[in-house]
Amino acid sequence: MTAVDILQGEDLRDLYRELILDHARNPRHFHKLETATHSAEGINPLCGDKLHLYITIDDAGVISEAAFEGSGCAISVASASLLTDLVTGLGKQQALDCFAEITGRLTAPDAHQSRDIGVNLDKLRALDGVRDYPSRVKCATLAWHALNSAINEQQEPVSTE
Amino acid sequence: MSQPQTRSQPQVADCRRDFPALQQQVSGHPLAYLDNAASAQQPQAVIDAVARYHGEDHANVHRGVHTLSHRATEAYEGARDKIRDFVNAASRSEIVLTKGTTEAINLVAQSFCRPRLGPGDEILITHLEHHANIVPWQLVCEQTGATLVVAPINERGELELEACLGLMSEQTRMVAVAHVSNALGTINPVADIVAAARELGVPVLLDGAQGVPHMAIDVQALGCDFYTFSGHKMFGPTGTGVLYGRETLLDAMPPYQGGGDMILEVSFEGTTYNELPYKFEAGTPNISGTIGLGAAIDYLNGVGLDRIARHEDELLSYMTRKLADLPGIRLFGTAASKASVQSFLVGDIHPHDLGTILDHQGVAIRTGHHCAMPVMQFFGIPGTARASLALYNTEADVDQLIAAITKAQRLFA
Repeated sequence: MTAVDILQGEDLRDLYRELILDHARNPRHFHKLETATHSAEGINPLCGDKLHLYITIDDAGVISEAAFEGSGCAISVASASLLTDLVTGLGKQQALDCFAEITGRLTAPDAHQSRDIGVNLDKLRALDGVRDYPSRVKCATLAWHALNSAINEQQEPVSTE
Repeated sequence: MSQPQTRSQPQVADCRRDFPALQQQVSGHPLAYLDNAASAQQPQAVIDAVARYHGEDHANVHRGVHTLSHRATEAYEGARDKIRDFVNAASRSEIVLTKGTTEAINLVAQSFCRPRLGPGDEILITHLEHHANIVPWQLVCEQTGATLVVAPINERGELELEACLGLMSEQTRMVAVAHVSNALGTINPVADIVAAARELGVPVLLDGAQGVPHMAIDVQALGCDFYTFSGHKMFGPTGTGVLYGRETLLDAMPPYQGGGDMILEVSFEGTTYNELPYKFEAGTPNISGTIGLGAAIDYLNGVGLDRIARHEDELLSYMTRKLADLPGIRLFGTAASKASVQSFLVGDIHPHDLGTILDHQGVAIRTGHHCAMPVMQFFGIPGTARASLALYNTEADVDQLIAAITKAQRLFA
């Protein structure tokens, strides 16, 4: 039996969409990046989620490579995996725009004014389901805060709890 | 549970009907509330007692001459008497009301230990303590230069008793041990610990937060010097708790906080403190909550602590057996002597994903480190899922848990 059958017609399917489960089971770019120029740690101590995000920013200010390692729930791992897919090839500012867009969308959906940042964020719609699970929003945003921290070269680990 | 009990006595789990919160559905399923080690639900009798105080008797205690203040004081102090009986303290002076276990332990750390300890002194705890029985001692160690010593546990989550006793010495100035582990359910061999400590003249604090709801407590028989517990884990309101302390020790301790109610006379030249237990109860207390706690004790006595313990033991065996039968499950906390709690992990499923999926099947469990990070570090895991039982749980709750876990396993297969 496939996962789709199990959750057919249930609200839970909004949270655990196939894309999320796929990225949680098989996270992309899931390794340490020895050549990283920037990195940051995201820790949610209450959850036990712990991610280390690595990015390489080239001389032109473009993220040429992104990777992560660590452990966490399906939502936090899938979010980090999607992030590494998405930001590869983006300029620093575009990546920061993505951070603002995705955290705004997930944490303050009513107040958030979506704007065109020139990046296709459709895939990240898969994370929208967490908005109905207040205790899980922090899982989805952890990697993104780590991205913001890495680009801004902040030293302290970030947390979304 | 599977064997019918005598007809004349109702099943303990029939008490379920006394708890309005358990009558609801969650996500279209009957609520299977298995997070009792975090906080237990309240019976109607507790809810009514609190409402009656708010609706009819509300006034400040101990200082009014009017009728309502008198009634409030009677109800509040009546609750203290019930607590004294409940744990069989020698005197009501030994029952200090706090806002919970955490405050009670901090009170002992700051008021008993801080003035007495210095470099070279040791406080002995165990590896399976809740953070509330670790951090207050760390603070007092920082303040005094004393050292925190930690007794080891084994793979089953049992205290290594011999090693623990071996760590007691002339330097030991306090032993602070959980009666029952919140993360693992282990019942510690507190009688042996108390006996060894007494031989050395070392006071013992037992953290009874997880002990009180599941077994009859007799502080005189236990022989401990301090026993701490919380109201909301024994079907009373949050913000209530108790420090039992041996009278001679409490007498010698300075106040923990200053304010109203804890004084006899105040002038700018100096203040004389009130008698026990009021010396430790500065400010207007949690009157309604304490009255509710008194009602919870009446309720527990009505059901019978021994019957509750028997029911929970049988149900814990059933739950542990059912969990162990699941493929890919790891149980944490498999001590020979346990109460009401089972921690586990299911395959690679993160506890929080499991918690969310179970919630969708109406099953409430706790996920994470359960405020016992050193226990998680011992097992090398970030956290667990934890199902914890109370008197109103049934085999049907456990079956619902098992079915929900099976569903999660299929989702993440």
